[in-house]
Amino acid sequence: MSSLYEEVHSAPSSDIPVRQVTVNVNGESRTANVEPRLLLAHLLRQAFKLTGTHTGCDTTNCGACTILFDGRPIKSCTMLAVQADGHSVQTVEGLASASELHPLQEGFKQEHALQCGFCTPGMMMAAKALLEENLNPTEDEIRWALSGNLCRCTGYQNIVKAVLWAAEKMRAELN
Amino acid sequence: MKLDEVKIGGMGASRRRVEDNRFIRGKGNYVDDIVLPGMLHMEILRSPVAHARIKSIDTSAAWDMPGVRLVLTGEMMAARNLAWMPTLSYDTQAVLATDKVRFQGQEVCAVIADDPYIAKDACGKIVVDYEILPPIVNPVQAADANAIQIRDDKAGQVGNKVFDWEIGDKARTDKAFADADVVSKIELHYPRTHPSPMETCGSIADYDRATGKLTVYMTSQAPHIVRAAVAMVAELPEQNIRIVTPDIGGGFGNKVPIYPGYVVAILASILTEKPVKWIEDKTGNLISTGFGRDVYLKGEMALRKDGKILGVRMNTISDHGAFFSDAQPSKFKIGLMHSAFACYDIPTAHMFATGYYTNKAPGGVAYRCSFRVTEAMFFQERMVQAAADDLGMDQAEFRRVNFVKDEQHPHRTAFGFLTDSGQYEKCLDIGLEAINYKNFAAEKAEAAKRGRLLGIGISVMTEPLGAGNSREYDILGIKMFDSAELRIHMSGKALLRTGSRGQGTGHETTWAQIVAHELGIPADDILVEEGDTDTAPFGMGTYASRSTPVAGAAIAMVARKVRAKARKLAAHLLEVSEEDIEWELGRFYVRGNQERGVTIQDCAMAAYSNMPDGMEPGLENVAYYDPPNLTWPFACYIAKVEIDPETGVWDVLQFVAVDDCGVRINPMIVEGQIMGGLTEAYAMANMQYQTYDEEGNIIGGNYMDFLLPTAWETPGFELYEVVTPCPHHPIGAKGVGECATVGGPAAFVNAVMNALTEKGVRNIDMPLMPNRVYEALTTGKDVYGMPPVRSGN
Repeated sequence: MSSLYEEVHSAPSSDIPVRQVTVNVNGESRTANVEPRLLLAHLLRQAFKLTGTHTGCDTTNCGACTILFDGRPIKSCTMLAVQADGHSVQTVEGLASASELHPLQEGFKQEHALQCGFCTPGMMMAAKALLEENLNPTEDEIRWALSGNLCRCTGYQNIVKAVLWAAEKMRAELN
Repeated sequence: MKLDEVKIGGMGASRRRVEDNRFIRGKGNYVDDIVLPGMLHMEILRSPVAHARIKSIDTSAAWDMPGVRLVLTGEMMAARNLAWMPTLSYDTQAVLATDKVRFQGQEVCAVIADDPYIAKDACGKIVVDYEILPPIVNPVQAADANAIQIRDDKAGQVGNKVFDWEIGDKARTDKAFADADVVSKIELHYPRTHPSPMETCGSIADYDRATGKLTVYMTSQAPHIVRAAVAMVAELPEQNIRIVTPDIGGGFGNKVPIYPGYVVAILASILTEKPVKWIEDKTGNLISTGFGRDVYLKGEMALRKDGKILGVRMNTISDHGAFFSDAQPSKFKIGLMHSAFACYDIPTAHMFATGYYTNKAPGGVAYRCSFRVTEAMFFQERMVQAAADDLGMDQAEFRRVNFVKDEQHPHRTAFGFLTDSGQYEKCLDIGLEAINYKNFAAEKAEAAKRGRLLGIGISVMTEPLGAGNSREYDILGIKMFDSAELRIHMSGKALLRTGSRGQGTGHETTWAQIVAHELGIPADDILVEEGDTDTAPFGMGTYASRSTPVAGAAIAMVARKVRAKARKLAAHLLEVSEEDIEWELGRFYVRGNQERGVTIQDCAMAAYSNMPDGMEPGLENVAYYDPPNLTWPFACYIAKVEIDPETGVWDVLQFVAVDDCGVRINPMIVEGQIMGGLTEAYAMANMQYQTYDEEGNIIGGNYMDFLLPTAWETPGFELYEVVTPCPHHPIGAKGVGECATVGGPAAFVNAVMNALTEKGVRNIDMPLMPNRVYEALTTGKDVYGMPPVRSGN
């Protein structure tokens, strides 16, 4: 613990064992004591206060909790926090730098690819994984890469456009 | 120099959304993101069975778990007169079950603990002894004279009927049928479904004993209604209740009602004197909160040989689940079902509606529609297709012959609505042209050579959006108006608050555009706030596409009030009389001398620094708007599909949408609404439904069973625009958020049925899953209802 003081409970609240995990989150090493059953999504949201990763369905269907785990997209509601010990994760909070948005963030805004915003962080992380492998995707490739992420508001058409927008910008930046 | 309205983000600007700035950074603030000091967590124990008497509940093992603070049962709620609560349709609903459970998933107990994992564990320690009763899972069973009574808690309740209701002119309609050359009939089931926003329902109740203040953060589309209801149910003083709706992760009608979890969390916070958070899981959301549809429709159309419709009969039987908690205007028992056929010139119509209780989840919410309008329009367009087929008439031509003509507006419909504007034929023509309707027969023949069946389906509709007027529309007696409050700061920047509540619909962006249009203040200079009942003026909330028709109108009206005062300030600054002042966007000038003027920003500064003697300082106002009528957007949707007869799989080859929603404030957002709505329409037609087995087990209680389309399945949509301004709305706008969900399903279904006509198939009830299409193809017979309940057998 790095804080000056920590409240000590008079009695242990339960006899569940606790394990310490250290995870590299968006380039920063973070440590927490967790119950072995804690889900990675809850570690990020509750212990690390990174609430951009949303939990939508708890059953790996909706993809609102999609993050990058060692660079690969995974659904963080279906991974235990202890499994992330020693690994690195990227969340939506790590997309933008202090001064600049990621092209996907710009593309989502420019192409009106979000409405309520609940699925958006997961969508962008899944799209980021695609663009890291393929900077020149077809519409079908984008639709397939995002098929693990549900959206109820937009109808996907503008999400596909936003990913194309970002890909074009990222290609231009390479040249 | 004249201001460029689009440049300042006024009407017609596809302004990029203000709210996106936080959402794309993961900085949205949804209710589950809020953490209060000392907050406890609540989990609900739900009934595993559909219908049972509760013999006993043993919560002792749950109480004994470390970290558990409180376990609530129905009995404990009853001791505080909170075991039952009123619904939005003058019925009662159990908060926590006392006597019986009446549907699978009903709330039985609640555990409040230090963290959500402990709360969930403790729910597993509660032992409930149920005496199983026979479940009723459809209206046919409910209507049986020997059926067990579900609502034996209600004094005076006979059997399982919720209501009988009728509207229209029966005698005149009977006469029309007697005179008809042809009578066409159709029978349909609009299956039960769920709005299923990505974010579930949830709340944090925070009662402060020191101040007596109750603050509830919750996912409500109608925070002011919640405040009023909490004041009445919990008997707390209304000034001490503050409802805050942070960002809402989608609503679609699901977040209008007040659910038991909210009430229990409030009591738990009062008892523990700590904030109590309740976040529903996805299954809890799907099996217990407001569903949509579940209506059986029978219809007949009286026709003349030349294609003229002479009259319509409708008969609806609706399944309301265990509690009648439809969110709808009080006067109409089955919502605005009688808005069917509003775009057609039909002399007479009659509808009879019956509603039943069943052992299924309560709800009957307006799922992305204006109170049963979706069922009405689906029925209308399926009936119209059947009638055209029976007459052997072209489906487009049959619609054209019977349309209300542009110049017939304002037009009184057979059921008594007043439609006020529209260009129906123009929209149809644009759609037919875009889909190359003329060439369809050739395309179909070509596809047949490849062994594929092609179908084309049209769905047109005008629907009543934006309740009220207050003469006819109220919820629990509260009239359906809305409000806006506008404050202009001395620098000419502004703060706007309304009684509506956006849920991804872009209010923070478009509301500022209306002010920009009325006052010439750049939209970027206007902050929009909603959803906090301590600061926002009273409003009825956002559903039934009522934000732009009602709150949007209130915004224009409040801006005009502010402009009227600014005019006085301008006259003072320009040292002329008010009568000599002219207005152009953003600026007053002296008549006859356009150079001599002051900007709205100059007037704002003067309101705080240089007002004339006797004038009240400041520049702000509030407007409450009671619309004179509903708004009537029109849409024409056309789908072209191809069926693989070997599998029953159908693909959408082309989809054309022509929408006339009046003046478009932000075209980008309007198109986003249409595409999103069409996707939900496609989902309904194809896969998104809920049903129950004979024992009352829900099928469709998680995303493994309840299917939503992904980017992979969802077809592309081509959008076209027609603008017929609404004659009574201050800026000519009509509602749009729901048109596509309302009108879309029939386009897909009509297209598939069109492909199957030659096989002798007239109807397949939604969802048109491949196995159902295949069954129809191979048997040549219609497919009705949902398994295991089939209405047509």
